[in-house]
Amino acid sequence: MTIQQLSVFVENKSGAMLNVLQLLRSEGIQLLAVNIADTVEYGIFRIICSEPSKAFKLLKEANISVTLTDVFAIELDDKVGEMARTLEIFHKEGISITYLYSFLINKKGIMVFRTAESERTREVIMLNNMKFIAEKDLYTLI
Amino acid sequence: MDRSQYLHPDKELMSRQEIEELQLKRLQETVRHCMNSPFYKKRFEEEGLTPDDIKSLDDLKKIPFTTKQDLRDTYPFGIASVPLEKCVRLHSSSGTTGNPTVILHTQRDLDEWANAVARCLHMVGLRPTDVFQNSSGYGMFTGGLGFQYGAERLGMLTVPAAAGNTLRQLKFIKDFGTTALHAIPSYASRLYEVMVEQGIDPRRDTKLKTLVIGAEPHSEEQRKRIENMLGVKAYNSFGMSEMCGPGVAFECKEQNGLHIWEDYYIVEIVDPNTLEPVPEGEVGELVLTTINREAMPLLRYRTRDLTRILPGECPCGRHHKRLDRMQGRSDDMIILKGVNIFPIQIEKILLQFKELSTDYLITLETLDNNDGMTVEVELSNLFTDDYGRLEKLTKEITRQLKDEILVTPKVKLVANGSLPKSEGKAVRVKDLRKTY
Repeated sequence: MTIQQLSVFVENKSGAMLNVLQLLRSEGIQLLAVNIADTVEYGIFRIICSEPSKAFKLLKEANISVTLTDVFAIELDDKVGEMARTLEIFHKEGISITYLYSFLINKKGIMVFRTAESERTREVIMLNNMKFIAEKDLYTLI
Repeated sequence: MDRSQYLHPDKELMSRQEIEELQLKRLQETVRHCMNSPFYKKRFEEEGLTPDDIKSLDDLKKIPFTTKQDLRDTYPFGIASVPLEKCVRLHSSSGTTGNPTVILHTQRDLDEWANAVARCLHMVGLRPTDVFQNSSGYGMFTGGLGFQYGAERLGMLTVPAAAGNTLRQLKFIKDFGTTALHAIPSYASRLYEVMVEQGIDPRRDTKLKTLVIGAEPHSEEQRKRIENMLGVKAYNSFGMSEMCGPGVAFECKEQNGLHIWEDYYIVEIVDPNTLEPVPEGEVGELVLTTINREAMPLLRYRTRDLTRILPGECPCGRHHKRLDRMQGRSDDMIILKGVNIFPIQIEKILLQFKELSTDYLITLETLDNNDGMTVEVELSNLFTDDYGRLEKLTKEITRQLKDEILVTPKVKLVANGSLPKSEGKAVRVKDLRKTY
């Protein structure tokens, strides 16, 4: 139901993201999705990639502030209003989304998100028959 | 010589010989009096010294130095030379890390302190007809009460505006007809900015003509800029809480060096490494002996300020030696907005946060005419995927640092490994202010 995301602390300066990406490239790690917001001084560079554990170890050894975070991933049907419909369900259940981003893989839309209440989120996903994606499934989609 | 131009002509116009005679007399009295201090009594016994050994000013060199550490070690009252019931006030340095330093005053000390400040203010042309506004912080910070009592002693109408609230300061300046203002240099610049924003022309809309600036290192260019902006004459003031506070040394109208009142202090300039006197006119550490203090005289106190004695005579008629502008410190103390800060205070706070690595960098900068401090801290590996927590962490570090050092630094989280390492001689403080 959850997949592993790398969260990397990067300063707002030229080359900070590049440094991380070059390290991942050097070990043949493939990116599936990345996300970063335009904050003032620093950002959290969020990465979905192949071999997250290996990537984590690699960055850690390079003395980079990094953490592995479990995030929810749901497959959405390719039609108008799907994301709205999904968020309506969480909203009705009183679950707020901490952050969210999405990507396409083999024409499948994947919504990645985090909430403050993991257990309740799990329940809601199950009860509403949402098409969640597990770690092992993700890489077979590539 | 027109003696009416001097508040204390008997003291201000003494010849070198008269000054030195008075200094020897007062030094001998002070040393004898210091035998009432448990600290000095013990120290003299250890050195095999007695007050009778001080027969000339040159004999001062026999007395060991007193340091800030001595003040801390004897916290709070261990150096006092009078019983506590004779004291009427104390001032103390900031900080909760380690012992602060405490200076005690008798009523006589406060009177003499006020006299010294009044003499300084009179020297730059202030008279009882002036209106004196003080934008120093009051309370433990000696720039507040020190100038207050001195200005009152001179007989001026005084406005104890205290620090901050610039719009209110400006209202006072306009409504009360303030002619003289005491402010730290960076605040004087700030005042001018707000005047411009408010459409106030200092020359047209205020009666300001004299500024007293000090408590913060500043350059000659900075002084000139303040004078041009506000249409005033700005005079440099030097003091420190260990020597009462303001009133130790002050510029005269020549604006060329600060006369140090040698009827209050004996001045030495020593090499901070060898502790031997430097050749006349060369830069070294300022060492002061108080010879007009009752509660807590200090003998050969190492101020850690670096300066030199200006050679030659001053056209103002005073023979009291002139100190050059302070040229830095022989320790790592930072002076920011009139507040004394040691990097160790900052380090001790930062070490309590397990979210941080042990490396940090303090940068002092002048931005928009305002001196400020940035503290860069490295995130350790205990990092979480949460902007809210990073923000909360930044706020909490800022709050704790402010409580410790009394100025609000800008705290900046940086990536692990991006700051100089703590091994070896890491650079912990970068001073980019245009000051020395």
